[in-house]
Amino acid sequence: MADKDIEFTDYEGNEEPTAYVLRLFITGASPNSIRAVENLNALCEKYIPGQYDLKIIDIHQQPELAEDEDIIALPLLIKKAPGKERRMIGDMSNTNKVLKGLGLPEIN
Amino acid sequence: MSIIQNSKSAYPTLPKTLTGITGLDEITEGGLPTGRPTLICGEAGCGKTLLSIEFIVRGATEFNEPGVFVAFEEKSDELAMNVASLGFDLKKLQDEKLLRIDHVHIDRSEIEETGEYDLEGLFIRLGYAIDSIGAKRIVLDTLENLFSGLDNQSVLRMEIRRLFGWLKSKGVTAIITGEKGDGNSLTRQGLEEYVSDCVILLDHRVINQISTRRLRIIKYRGTVHGTNEYPFLIDEDGISVLPVTSLKLAKQVSTERLSTGIPALDEMLGGKGFYRGGSTLVSGTAGTGKTSISAYFANETCNRGERCVYFAMEESPKQIMRNMRSIGVELQKHVDAGLLLFNATRPNMYGLEMHLVAIHKLIKKFKPSVVIMDPITNFINVGSVSEVKNMLVRLIDFLQDEHITVMFTALSLNTIVNEQTDEGVSSLVDSWLLVRDIEFNGERNRGLYVMKARGMKHSNQVREFVISDEGLNLIDVYLGPDGVLTGSARKQQMLLEQTGQAIHDHSISRKDREIARKRKVLEATILSLNSEYESVEEELNKVYLEEELKKQILEKNREEITRIRRGESGRSKPTGGK
Repeated sequence: MADKDIEFTDYEGNEEPTAYVLRLFITGASPNSIRAVENLNALCEKYIPGQYDLKIIDIHQQPELAEDEDIIALPLLIKKAPGKERRMIGDMSNTNKVLKGLGLPEIN
Repeated sequence: MSIIQNSKSAYPTLPKTLTGITGLDEITEGGLPTGRPTLICGEAGCGKTLLSIEFIVRGATEFNEPGVFVAFEEKSDELAMNVASLGFDLKKLQDEKLLRIDHVHIDRSEIEETGEYDLEGLFIRLGYAIDSIGAKRIVLDTLENLFSGLDNQSVLRMEIRRLFGWLKSKGVTAIITGEKGDGNSLTRQGLEEYVSDCVILLDHRVINQISTRRLRIIKYRGTVHGTNEYPFLIDEDGISVLPVTSLKLAKQVSTERLSTGIPALDEMLGGKGFYRGGSTLVSGTAGTGKTSISAYFANETCNRGERCVYFAMEESPKQIMRNMRSIGVELQKHVDAGLLLFNATRPNMYGLEMHLVAIHKLIKKFKPSVVIMDPITNFINVGSVSEVKNMLVRLIDFLQDEHITVMFTALSLNTIVNEQTDEGVSSLVDSWLLVRDIEFNGERNRGLYVMKARGMKHSNQVREFVISDEGLNLIDVYLGPDGVLTGSARKQQMLLEQTGQAIHDHSISRKDREIARKRKVLEATILSLNSEYESVEEELNKVYLEEELKKQILEKNREEITRIRRGESGRSKPTGGK
């Protein structure tokens, strides 16, 4: 994970404020969705403040995206950038797994 | 589809959706349950995906029911390529909005599970796919791939259960495929079979190096269905399932008779030949002319302008035509006219089921009125006696349903017990001709007799069966004091009789001539006696006349004398007086 960060830093020369392109797919106001939004917002503010572009998409509103994005389980967080695309499903309650998915060092 | 019509009852019965797959609609008595999920399970490579895609394609093409195919395993392009060989054009159907293929890619390595989740995404996705084309049918192939992609088993089980309920609420007829699990369980998760309304198990077995696919309906809620294992096969037209036990013995029968092409044989069969739609077995040892009889029958059929399919299991069509030309049967012209179709396959080429389906399909396509199978004996190479018999029962059944007259030939291997033969079909067929060798006097001749002929008066005699350049003929065997004589012995006996007749005739004519001669002699005698009599008569007449003359003269003289004595003129000289 550290390698990726270095690579990224080297590439841009300095840290880009909107480095993390995140898409969170949820379904309306289901308990899982609400928890996921809350958890993710808190996590991003804590670990990558100001460096992320998070869009929350209600798949009920845009069902055609389900096939395009190959969505099965929800809530789903897709990290589009930086680096390889990563997918995280669930209510984002396991902070370590989310950090791992984002390519950030895990906390103990 | 009489079954469906029959199921009219006072209560609403389970609505069913026709699959369009040959035979499957018959054993399910009308198709899969409409608006309910059906599980199709089986091992790898048993045809689950194919059956389900055919369900979708037939629905789209034949019943105008759009369908969604959710592929968890194959990509859309791969799928299209795989079924293109069956003539299914998925691209075209997709363009026509009759089909939607959704490839669900799921890769454990790409996904982190960060807490509670559900499969709502899949539901939305399916719902969108269904609504976008107004789908009536959906296939999920193979749902359990979810289990390999996601960790939380309890969530998955719950969600799949919910999925089945959701599919029902959507009112789509669904097929879910599942890999067969270990042991007796039908699926790996042991879940789908309980939540499906209909479970169909596919199986692929190899026996004697010949593979047979089989299908069985394990459960079908709320309806009767065939419970047996039905063989099915996959060929260029998709899946064909064969109901084994459609034997209802309630067929239409015909009283029309078909000539065998051999007048003398017709004569033995009540003078008219076989019944239309009947089955005939011609059995005999090698080289007894079974093929010749079949060829004659085929020829006669084509001469009437009817179609005939000749399934040649031993000889190539060219070979048969050449050989038959030697006995004066020209089959080539019927082939050219499109009346005769040869289908030459080695029995070993594929399994019995495949044969049966191939025969079915060809017959459905060509619509012949007569089918010849020459010989059925070699089927024994690809199946046990009971399997062959089973297959032939189904074949005969099918042919009778179609009003097709069939002639089988069978080689009897055992020359001593000729009756023990023909894969046990002799009891099934309507007529049975037996051609057997009659070995006598250092030569081999053929004898033909009618073992049985249902529903017709038939000859009980053995006829000598003669194959010559002029063709086939049946000749009455000679029944002499020494028993039945055939071949040259018969000829010899006939010559002997002819000789006797000639001698007999000769002696009779000699006697006649003698009588004629005697008659001539007698007639001559009569003639001479006649003339003798005439001369005697003449003699007698002469004497009589002389006497008369003398008497007259004497009288005259006396009168003269008398007159003279009386002195009456002397005009006359006195001649005597008193």
